[in-house]
Amino acid sequence: MTEKNALELRDLSVAYRVGGRNRAVLRNVNLTIGRGEAYGLVGESGCGKSTAALAVVRYLPRNGSITGGSIALDGQDVMKLDGEALRRARAESVSMVYQDPGKALNPSLRIGRQLTEIFELAGITGQAASDKAIAMLNLVRISDPASVMQRYPHQLSGGMQQRVAIAMALANDPSMLILDEPTTGLDATVEAEVLDLIAQLRRELSASILFISHNLAVVSKMCDRVGVLYAGMLVEEGSTKDVFNDPRHPYTVALLRCLPRGGQRKDQGRLDTIPGFLPGIGANIVGCAFADRCALATERCRSEPPPLYDLGGGRLSRCHYHDKAQSLPRATPAEIPATAPKQAPPVLQVEGLNKTYASHGRPLRAVKDVSVSLRPGETLGLVGESGSGKTTFARLLLGLVPPDEGGSIELEGKQLAPRLASRSEDQVKAVQIVFQNPDSALNRSHSIRHILSRALKRLGGLTGKTLDTRLEELVRSVRLTDRHLAVKPRQLSGGLKQRVAIARAFAGDPRIVVCDEPTSALDVSVQAAILNLLADLQSKQDVSYIFISHDLGVVRYLSDKIAVLYLGRIMEFGPSEAVFSGPHHPYTEALLSAVPKLDRAESSRIRLDGEIPSAANPPTGCVFHTRCPRKIGAICETQEPELAEAEPGHTIRCHIPFAELARLQKPKAVEPA
Amino acid sequence: MSATDASIPAPDTARRSPWSEVLYSLLRSGTFLTGLGIVLFWIICALFGEHFVPYDPLVDDIINALAPPSAEHWFGTDQIGRDVFSRVIVGSRDILTVAPLATILATIAGTALGLLIGYFRGIVDDIVSRVLEAFMAIPVVIIALLAIVALGTSKITVIVVIGLSFAPIIARTVRSAVLAERELDYVAAAKLRHEGALHTMFVEILPNVIPPILVETTVRLGYAIFAVATLSFMGFGIQPPSPDWGLSISSNYGMIGGGFWWTVLFDALAIASLVIGVNLVADGVHGAFND
Repeated sequence: MTEKNALELRDLSVAYRVGGRNRAVLRNVNLTIGRGEAYGLVGESGCGKSTAALAVVRYLPRNGSITGGSIALDGQDVMKLDGEALRRARAESVSMVYQDPGKALNPSLRIGRQLTEIFELAGITGQAASDKAIAMLNLVRISDPASVMQRYPHQLSGGMQQRVAIAMALANDPSMLILDEPTTGLDATVEAEVLDLIAQLRRELSASILFISHNLAVVSKMCDRVGVLYAGMLVEEGSTKDVFNDPRHPYTVALLRCLPRGGQRKDQGRLDTIPGFLPGIGANIVGCAFADRCALATERCRSEPPPLYDLGGGRLSRCHYHDKAQSLPRATPAEIPATAPKQAPPVLQVEGLNKTYASHGRPLRAVKDVSVSLRPGETLGLVGESGSGKTTFARLLLGLVPPDEGGSIELEGKQLAPRLASRSEDQVKAVQIVFQNPDSALNRSHSIRHILSRALKRLGGLTGKTLDTRLEELVRSVRLTDRHLAVKPRQLSGGLKQRVAIARAFAGDPRIVVCDEPTSALDVSVQAAILNLLADLQSKQDVSYIFISHDLGVVRYLSDKIAVLYLGRIMEFGPSEAVFSGPHHPYTEALLSAVPKLDRAESSRIRLDGEIPSAANPPTGCVFHTRCPRKIGAICETQEPELAEAEPGHTIRCHIPFAELARLQKPKAVEPA
Repeated sequence: MSATDASIPAPDTARRSPWSEVLYSLLRSGTFLTGLGIVLFWIICALFGEHFVPYDPLVDDIINALAPPSAEHWFGTDQIGRDVFSRVIVGSRDILTVAPLATILATIAGTALGLLIGYFRGIVDDIVSRVLEAFMAIPVVIIALLAIVALGTSKITVIVVIGLSFAPIIARTVRSAVLAERELDYVAAAKLRHEGALHTMFVEILPNVIPPILVETTVRLGYAIFAVATLSFMGFGIQPPSPDWGLSISSNYGMIGGGFWWTVLFDALAIASLVIGVNLVADGVHGAFND
């Protein structure tokens, strides 16, 4: 070996000590990252991705220990380092960027102080250090570094914070940069910016990258090679293109199938799921770790642990039947219950809804003049960056916050009172919600039985025997069993908790269920199961959804109509297909192009510069003109465009005529169906 | 669609409940166990002390007055010849009734008040919080003086005075815990079921704020013991002829000048050890909930 690899893991095993026993988290992981290479590590939560990253810098939690194997950074054995040498290796050759920049930055120190500190460690002080800090901020494309230096982390947006965190990570010119879910909490548009930045920096700097993400599309965009972790073992490895286009391990095959891709919709079939669940940490694995969840598994798989087969061309697969992996049968039948198309009158009719908050004495229009209508059994997808008013709109519908005077919300033709307290029992149970975070939504002190019985009692008006019967039905309808009733929420996994939350929302036979990012905290296989469940419940019960998500693939799968919100205004509204396939509003266009896709190579992309403006001080004219890539001139700055009908049922708020939008957006590859 | 049933994992029943986890970490905490040992020692003395003390703590023996510690009288005797050792052992009885009862009263009143202002916030919170702050600014001793003038001295008065003057402190702790809880989505979910305010406060929120309440209660118990001893020392608390520690110190401290230190020292040590014991327990409880 003439050139030293940036990172080499040899038979690395890591265990966590829990309840007096060492439980294996990583099992004999071999992995090599060459100089300047970007390596992606994917897998569901609990597979050991972050543990691998922490082990590299020997920064495992107190109960974690490396039980075998070796780690070499730049040819230097990390295991042999101690004290000062380890500190120097961490300070000089490896850097980490974490998922939540808000927590990675010190809230009580100015950005400048936090950056110069790194240089001071390297012996550079005073003016030289702050010059270097400004240079770093320039490197991460922060336009006004001098003023950013003076600010505290909370004064920066999430995207800016992550840029600063990246600047700090790069400050010591590391040879190895570890990115642990660096864009997971960010909006799609901001994510796109940060990913672009990382891609550009890769060209400018020599650092090798270990990129950890559960988002397969992000990894496919960023990395040269990818490794798939399952139960602490590397089950597949190869070039990114090969692994995602031609997976050779059933787990990779199944993971890729869980994603709604290529514009798949609920009426075209259900998503595939992965049956069963990850072996618990430290589980004793005989044979193949994935055998229990694999429809291709044979007796051999259950008894004989598969080696990491070398398939040539740098490809590895830990499957006895790697040549047959792609013939993995579906775990969930694709067919869907037939539903008759309906032309029922709208269940929900919202007219001119406004919500103004007071912010430092100035009005903040969180929702401005929103009108939508929704038929029974339909889903309205709400799309937009954070701060666009999606959640406020949902809370107005629910009555959790009262709207401004003047607008109206009609449920099945009857006016809904603005405040929840003045709505009738029937109206209250008709509009329910599935929250984003089930840990917050389910009372942690109550058993699942208590949570659901209370909902049935209050919303369904049931008691005694009828309640028990209905409880059983309800539990079965979200595919839980009696066993799940006796426990507290913390004893359930994220996906199961979300099922309980869905059951609670359905306790009173609602007409409308608001789903506020219901799958954003879940792994893709669990997400697929939850989306299938929501689609099934909808086709059975004719319930309508207001579906909020930043994941456009997910929104598209479930939605019949889409409303694109920006600064509380609807920029585009129409049937899902029309909005996605275009021509669309320039903002929609930018949102769509920001999403990294697995399906196709990079097409020409539109980037939104800067941040979403403050709703307390919205731009004049068209609120989007400050970031609009297709701005036509002064009219955009002075006159707010009307929401005009482009095609029947499809409205767009833009000065550019529809035909012109169609012409402008034509060269862009049309979304493959 | 029974095919997906197999994909639903069983609940993780092996996982310990949060309460047994707290218990587990308490039993491994040296701080907690030491404190518990001290407190249990005094509780046993309070309950059964009279059966094993060498002398009747209330019977005087003027001839042997102010005898220094000896094999006969381990801690010596006081000015009317009562055995100090016996008095110290049995002297925990009153303080260990009054202080815990006062703390319980403070906890109940403080929790109810804290839930109320934390849940409703707004004007209710503004007014009540200001009143509580004003109340907390007055020293307990002054409140006690006023109450005793108005109600006369009795254990009940002491319990009520200490209970009510500690209630605002507990209310403040509960309020801040409730402020965090009420923003969680399960509270919104309760509103979306048209639950009443009382149900939301006591059934939904209360179980989740028990840990900070428990911690605050144990801390308050330490202060309550101190307060009872202080009031007794000043003559507003437990009344003679009880062998109460504060009271004994108060009736004997004039003797120190004469060199009769044993009449005061052992009572003072007893108070100190009980307060330290309770504080160690409080520390352990705090640690167990905040690990």
